[in-house]
Amino acid sequence: MVLNFIIGIISAGIPLAAPLLLASLGEMFNQRAGVFNLGVEGIMLMGAFVGFLVVLTIGSPVLGFLAAILVGAVMGLLMAVVTVKFKAKQGISGIGLFMLGWGLSGTLFRVYVGGITSIEGIRTFSFPLLGKIPIIGEIFFQNNILVYITFLLVPISWYVLNKTAWGLKVRAVGTNPQAADTLGIKVERIRFQCIILGSMMAGLAGAYLTIAQTHIFADNITAGRGFIAVALVYFGKWKPAGIMWGTLLFSLAHALQRSIQVYGINFPYEIAVIIPYLLVIVVLALSYKSQLLGPAALGKPFIRGSRE
Amino acid sequence: MKKKLYNETIYRLLIIVVAVLSALIVGAILLLIAKANPLKAYYVMFTEPLSGKFGLTEILVRAAPLMLVGLGIAIAFRSGIINIGGEGQIMIGAIFGTFIALTFPNLPTYILLPFVFIASFIGGAIWGGIAGWMKAYLSVNEILSTIMLNYIAFQVYMFLIRGPLIDPQEVSYGTGVPQTALLSKNAWLVRIIPASRLHAGIIVAVILAILVYIFLWKTTIGYRLRAAGAEAKAAKYIGVNVKNYLVLAMLLSGGFAGMAGAIEVCGVHHRALESISAGYGFSGIVVALFGGLHPLGIIPASAVFGLLIVGADMMQRSVTVPASIILAIQGLIILAIVSSQIFFSNIALKEKIMIKLKLMKSGDKDGS
Repeated sequence: MVLNFIIGIISAGIPLAAPLLLASLGEMFNQRAGVFNLGVEGIMLMGAFVGFLVVLTIGSPVLGFLAAILVGAVMGLLMAVVTVKFKAKQGISGIGLFMLGWGLSGTLFRVYVGGITSIEGIRTFSFPLLGKIPIIGEIFFQNNILVYITFLLVPISWYVLNKTAWGLKVRAVGTNPQAADTLGIKVERIRFQCIILGSMMAGLAGAYLTIAQTHIFADNITAGRGFIAVALVYFGKWKPAGIMWGTLLFSLAHALQRSIQVYGINFPYEIAVIIPYLLVIVVLALSYKSQLLGPAALGKPFIRGSRE
Repeated sequence: MKKKLYNETIYRLLIIVVAVLSALIVGAILLLIAKANPLKAYYVMFTEPLSGKFGLTEILVRAAPLMLVGLGIAIAFRSGIINIGGEGQIMIGAIFGTFIALTFPNLPTYILLPFVFIASFIGGAIWGGIAGWMKAYLSVNEILSTIMLNYIAFQVYMFLIRGPLIDPQEVSYGTGVPQTALLSKNAWLVRIIPASRLHAGIIVAVILAILVYIFLWKTTIGYRLRAAGAEAKAAKYIGVNVKNYLVLAMLLSGGFAGMAGAIEVCGVHHRALESISAGYGFSGIVVALFGGLHPLGIIPASAVFGLLIVGADMMQRSVTVPASIILAIQGLIILAIVSSQIFFSNIALKEKIMIKLKLMKSGDKDGS
C-alpha cells in the first residue's frame, strides 16, 4: 500500500516535470545571455492554446507542437525587440508579454473553440519488455515520447552551453557584454537567438500541457507554471542538472498534492493547491545567496559604450 | 526657458501617443485574428461608453479601484520595486474589510466605513509587506514573490468565502455560490448619482491621489523613498536605510491595493464575491505606467483605462469579441510604453528626433 502510493507519486511526478523542465531550460538560455524573460507564462499559454487548436482541427500532435514552437518564436521575437533593441526594463516587459499571451489565448479560445472540449493528443506508451519490469518499468518506461526528449535536453543543453563556441558566446554575453563586444561577439544577435530559443521551448512546454497532459484547454491553464519555471532557474543555479532536480522536486510535490486529494485525506483543497506556490517562495528565499552565482549582466540592457 | 519646457512636454506627449498608437495597431491585428472588424471594435470601445449616463458613470466606477491600485504600484515603482501582486492584495484587503463590516454591522457609517478601509489597508499592506520584506532582507525577486502571493491569496480568499465566511443563505438554500453575506447598509459607500452604480469611492480615490502626491514630493519620507528607488547607492550615502524604505514602499503599495478591495466591496458589490479583483491588479500596472508613475497623471490615466474596460464590455455585446481581448491590448500597451523609454533616456536619439520635429535647433544642448 505504502509502496504503491510512493510509486504512484513518482510515476505521476516525472511526466508532470516535463513542461516545467522545458520552460525552465529555455529560460536558462535567456538568463545566461543576460535577459530575464518573465513572459514565459504568456508564451506557454499561447503555445498551449495553439497546440490544442491544431490538434483539435487537424488532429496531428506533431503539427500542434510545431505550431506552438512557431508561436513561441514570434512572441520571443517581440520580447527580444522590446528588451534588446529598445532596451526596455526586462521585468515589466515580461509582465506585458504575460498579459498579451493570457488575454489573447483566452480570447481566441472563446472565438475558435467556445467551450471545454477534449482532444486525443498523445498518450503514454509502454516500452516493449522494459515497460514490464516491476516498479522501474512503471516509473521510467511508461511515459509519452516528449518526456524522454525533454530529459535528453538536459545533457544536450549542458553540452551546448559549456562545450560549443556558441555556448561560450552566450555565457560571455551574459557575464560581460562590454568585453564580449570588444572581442567581436555580436551581443544583440546572441541575445535575440537566446530569447527566441527560450521562447520556442516555452511554447512547446505550453503545448505539452494541452496535448500530452490535460488534453483540454481552459483559460489560464498554466496556473503559474511559467513563473515557477523562471524561479527554478534560480533554484538550479543556472545549470541544467540543477534545474532538472528542481523541476523534479516540484512535480513530485504536485503529484503528492494530487494523491492527497485522490486518496481523500481530509485536507482543505485550497490549502493543498497553495503548496507549490509556497514552495517557490521558500525556495527563492533559501537560494538567495546563490544569486551571486547568476550571470553578472542579468537584467541589464546592453548599451554600447556605457561603462556599466 | 519656458519654450524649452513647452517643447519638452510636446515631445513627451508625442512619444506616448505614438507608443499607444503602435500598440493599438498591433491590437488591430489581434482583433482581425479574433474574427472582428478592428475599426468597428475600436469605434465601439472608445465612443460607446461616452455616449450616455450609463457608460460615463461606469467609467468612473472602474476608475476608482484602478486609481488606487495604480497609486500603490507607482509608490512601489518609485522606490524601485515592481509590484505585480495587486490582485492578491485586493483580495486580502477585501476580505479584511468584509470581515470588519460583517462583525460590526451596527456601527454608524462614519465610524464603520473608515474602520473597514483601515482594515483593508492593513490586509493589503501585510500581503505587500511580505514581498517587500523578502526583497529587502532575502533579496527575493519581488516580481516572482508577488505573483506567487497572488495565487496564494486567491486560494485563501476562495477558501474563506466558500467556507467560514459564506453567506448563510447560500447554505440554507443549498445554492452554495461562493460569496459572503450582504453587508449592512452602514458599510455601503453612498451612491452619488441616482440610478447608477457610481459611488463616493471615486472621490476618496482622487483625494488619496492628491495625498500621495504631497507625500512623495513634499515630505522627507517621500523624498527618501524616491531616492532609494532612483539611485540606491547614492541614497545610502545620504543616510537612507534603503531596505526599510523598500519595505515601507511595499506596505503602502499593498495597502492601496487593499483599499481598492474595500472600494469594490463597499461601493459596488456590498459583499465579497469570487471575481472581486476583476483584473484590476494587472490593469493598475498599465494605469501607473500610462500616468507616468505620477499620482496626478494616474487620475486621468485611470479614467482612460476605465473607458477601455467599459468599452471592451460593450464591444463584447455589439461586436461579439470576448472582452478578454482588452487584457492582451493592455499587455501591448505596457510593451509599447516601456519600449518608448529609450526615446527619453538616449539623449542623442532624443535630440535627433527633436531637431527633425523642429522642437529644437541643432546646437542647443539638452540641459542648458
